Amino acid sequence: MFPWLSVLAAIPLFGAIVVLLLPNRPTVPSKQVALGFSLLTLVVAVAAATRFDTTALTQFQLVERHTWIPQLGATYALGVDGMALALILMSVILTPVCLLAAWHDVPDEQPQRQQNYLALILVLETFMIGVFAATDVLLFYVIFEAMLIPVYFLIGSFGTGARRQYAATKFLLFSLLGGLVMLVAVIGVYFQGPGGADGFLLDKLTGLTMDPTTEHLLFLGFFFAFAVKAPMFPVHTWLPDAASEATPATATLLVGVLDKVGTFGMIRFCLQMFPNASQWATPVIIVLAVVSVLYGAFVAIGQRDMMRLVAYTSVSHFGFIVLGIFALTTTAGSGSVLYMINHGFSTAALFLVVGMLIRRRGSKDIDAYGGWQRVTPVLAGVFLVSGLSALALPGLGSFLSEFLVLAGTFQRYQVAAAVATAGIILAALYVLWMYKRTMTGARPEDVEGVGPSSGILDLSLREKLVVAPLIAAFLVLGFYPKPTLDAINPAVKATLSHVGVSDPAPTAPVAGEGSTK
Amino acid sequence: MIQLLTPAALTAGLASGDTDQILHAAEGISAYGWLLVALPMLGAAVLLLGGRRTNSWGPLFAVAMSSGAFVVALGILVQMLGYDDASRRRMVHLFSWVPAGQFQLDAGLQLDQLSLSFVLLVTFVGSLIHVYSLGYMEHDPDKRRFFGYLNLFVAAMLLLVLADSYLLLYVGWEGVGLASYLLIGFWNHNPAYATAANKAFVANRVGDFGLGLAIMLMFATFGRVDFAGVAGGVSGASQGVLTAMGLFLLLGACGKSAQFPLQSWLGDAMAGPTPVSALIHAATMVTAGVYLVVRSHWIFEAAPTAQLAVVIVGAITLLFGAIVGCAKDDIKKALAASTMSQIGYMMLAAGLGPVGAVFAIFHLLTHGFFKAGMFLGAGSVMHGMDDQVDMRGFGALNTAMKTTWVTFGLGWLAILGIPPFSGFWSKDKIIEAAFVGEGWRPWVFGFVTMIGAGITAFYMSRLFFMTFHGRKRWPKKAHPHESPSLMTVPMIILSVGSGLLGMALTWLGFAGWLAPVVGEHEEGHPVLAPLTITLLTLAIVLFGVWLAWSRYAARSVPRTAPEGSLLTRAARQDLYQDAVNEGAFMRPGIHVMRALVFTDNQGVDGAARGLAALIGGASSRLRRIQNGYARSYAMTMLIGVVAILGAVWVMQ
Repeated sequence: MFPWLSVLAAIPLFGAIVVLLLPNRPTVPSKQVALGFSLLTLVVAVAAATRFDTTALTQFQLVERHTWIPQLGATYALGVDGMALALILMSVILTPVCLLAAWHDVPDEQPQRQQNYLALILVLETFMIGVFAATDVLLFYVIFEAMLIPVYFLIGSFGTGARRQYAATKFLLFSLLGGLVMLVAVIGVYFQGPGGADGFLLDKLTGLTMDPTTEHLLFLGFFFAFAVKAPMFPVHTWLPDAASEATPATATLLVGVLDKVGTFGMIRFCLQMFPNASQWATPVIIVLAVVSVLYGAFVAIGQRDMMRLVAYTSVSHFGFIVLGIFALTTTAGSGSVLYMINHGFSTAALFLVVGMLIRRRGSKDIDAYGGWQRVTPVLAGVFLVSGLSALALPGLGSFLSEFLVLAGTFQRYQVAAAVATAGIILAALYVLWMYKRTMTGARPEDVEGVGPSSGILDLSLREKLVVAPLIAAFLVLGFYPKPTLDAINPAVKATLSHVGVSDPAPTAPVAGEGSTK
Repeated sequence: MIQLLTPAALTAGLASGDTDQILHAAEGISAYGWLLVALPMLGAAVLLLGGRRTNSWGPLFAVAMSSGAFVVALGILVQMLGYDDASRRRMVHLFSWVPAGQFQLDAGLQLDQLSLSFVLLVTFVGSLIHVYSLGYMEHDPDKRRFFGYLNLFVAAMLLLVLADSYLLLYVGWEGVGLASYLLIGFWNHNPAYATAANKAFVANRVGDFGLGLAIMLMFATFGRVDFAGVAGGVSGASQGVLTAMGLFLLLGACGKSAQFPLQSWLGDAMAGPTPVSALIHAATMVTAGVYLVVRSHWIFEAAPTAQLAVVIVGAITLLFGAIVGCAKDDIKKALAASTMSQIGYMMLAAGLGPVGAVFAIFHLLTHGFFKAGMFLGAGSVMHGMDDQVDMRGFGALNTAMKTTWVTFGLGWLAILGIPPFSGFWSKDKIIEAAFVGEGWRPWVFGFVTMIGAGITAFYMSRLFFMTFHGRKRWPKKAHPHESPSLMTVPMIILSVGSGLLGMALTWLGFAGWLAPVVGEHEEGHPVLAPLTITLLTLAIVLFGVWLAWSRYAARSVPRTAPEGSLLTRAARQDLYQDAVNEGAFMRPGIHVMRALVFTDNQGVDGAARGLAALIGGASSRLRRIQNGYARSYAMTMLIGVVAILGAVWVMQ
């Protein structure tokens, strides 16, 4: 069988090497080459996706398995379910979009530096594909940790803020702390399993019978790392710094894709390997998730830095995702996975459009703006659409996922769902207030003229190409999410059957109901 | 989710007497019902994405799309009239929309007497207002964007009333909210207008919070959120659940329809261009809450407490709006207060159950005509008076603007409820229905609606006389003139509706036509004789008109408003609604926000930093790691790998 996933992961890595080997001259089209490799990855990913059968009975498809380090029990094992496939597709769509958005992040006059930057993004893409495709716990862990390296340099060396070194270190320390705790749990779970040369395979670690205390501790080890990654309140504080100091493209990949590894991990590893502990921890996690939703939103409202504001909205949105995961219903679970996809596109649009705005004005401070709808009307329009996606406007994808999370949560936890629903009011406040302060009002005094006569260019063709696929994704996922949901549903159902829960039945089902279709 | 019946199954369903559950597939032109939404949506997409290229023909294209939807609606009406009562409801199945775990929902449209009444109102009045806007917005540099938003509104509004499930309704529901936000803030270079737009959206979101919870509760209770499913499940649900569902729906309705306590945004929404005020904030969108309550009549009929809450909200709002309307000197804000009050009437009627619901919708239609007509008249006055809105600077405009005066006058007679003008046929019936019942309710609600009619007569006459009669109080530079025919023709058409629609619909048997959708009812008996109610109401109305005449036409009106009584001052401040909201929600909210931002910067992050320092051993080492060199990182990783190997080795 053709090793689709390995090939998919190898293309950007190969691309990174090619980019690094290109001559260090300003005239060399490094950016085009990098973009080409990321587009090739996208094409191969789509081809791989067509091989995926949403009705298959096995958990993983496109499976690859090779001996790796038998001494350690580690296997090179790849495979995807609908959730992993959807996340991989999101990642390979976002990478070319980010490369295109990052076109002028490093000037052409610094070819060496530019090539390093592009290569790091491509290496990161390889890891993003690998981390979602890994079905061996140790392989997952290694990629999970290895991902930190490109991100660390993307923030610390290529960030735009003055405190980028600080932010990169903070990111690294938080992640390493989470990673170390998880490492202990990774080793621990191996010894709970059958062991042997392939004892780290997820299959072998699913459905184990464990002593409750051991299971609780192992669960917490994994959960802690994923909560830091996600990030959840109260371990979220690395995120605003990292997002604000990084380039918009890095922030997008960091928050849009990397953070998803946290929520992905909760489903793939916490729920699947530790079903009893998951149920045991649910009440506390539900509370933390609801706190994240409201806390992130409130703090977002109070931000002056646009990048930080967007980062805090993500804290709020990740609260919704975690809420849906631990509600343990198929509706909320499918909603959460769909939310991961929608949030990826939504937050990408916000970070990248804010980045376009910052490039024109040279400030991240909301107060430095006002009246920009007069200066760059198209930019203002896409900014508003991105914001509407963040506040989950119906018709855009994020709405359906947020609704599904809340509706599925409501089946079990009415109060938690109702309190979290209040987040939609706060979301309207942080988005529209930011829009009002940056875009509305009289045109800025230091800008002559309005529109094209202001001398400040509206969106270029390149920038339109950055935004167009994202807005298209909002609409497709808002009006026709069926193909995505068809892929996600079996994955969620399988996970919940591992946990051993079934959906609460309607309290007053419709009488004489034959089929639900 | 939807069972589309074949003729055989249909007969079987009829035989079993289960008429409520039968859903017929649309056929013929009804099967193209999706065009109603698609046409204006296409218009919006072309205008908003087409850019400057579409500047020249865009507005006309928007008019064509809106009118096209009206033509389709007429075709569907003709077809529907050909069916018998039991088979008028037609379903247009679109596609599988949200198949997520246990939640399964298809997108589909429902064409019945109720949705079609709305569709006709929205497309007819909407198209007229599109035409009017060609004149009103002629010189606006962003005219194309304006028409794009108008088409977006029409599409969303039609989706709202055509949806066959609460979730799809919610898409239209927030869609019209978006269009409203965009149009209130259309001139958002004025910061106050931008604030008004935000206020409208946020107040609506508070309502949407309620609607969202209602839908979640439906899913948890019935396992379905489509109308047919919810209607079918009501009989099995507990009273408590249905009451909660009804109250959540009511919260949603309050947000959208500017009902107490979420009424505060509507006055500020007058910041939008006047055609927008006419279409969205008078004739159509703000009545969506009434639609929601009437559409959900199964729930409210099974939850008397929720029903009573609807009536109380309606009663409070109709008085609230009427009182505020008496003190406003801004012509648009006075009309906005009036809209709020009139929707209060509809809401009250909707809460009365089948006996009132038909007339809630009837009044909604007549109000759609006469209020839109008056708003367009106000726009025409502003057009002739250099965008001035202060009625104290008007007076005697009947001489300068004859068409506007006459068309506005017809609207004024209609809202007063003078026979035979439109409002009489609908509002009088609401008052009569309010007097039906037992115990204290008919007396309280009956007299509230009757007194409300008197106050309405006063403030509307005040508005009419201050604007068109009395002495000229025009500013020096003003040269009032009649508006171009692009504007006056729509006003004339709407004024014909103000004059005749009520009579025509009564004569055509509108109430009987709508009854199958809102529930059959036995003829109620008012606690007073209907003729007594009508005559008493007319007497109170005429008194209100006389009072306004004696104060605002017979006597001269001062250019600056006198300080006024305590009540007048309170009414001028919208009965302190903003102060209450600010004190109760905004200020505490801002305090919470500031406290959390502070905590996040100091507390949570500080603790995390401390922890990080602890892990790093000491903060000095932390700084050394921070040097950004690959080697220090590699060292860290190496230690990690060694740790793994060591652990595994030891454990083996």
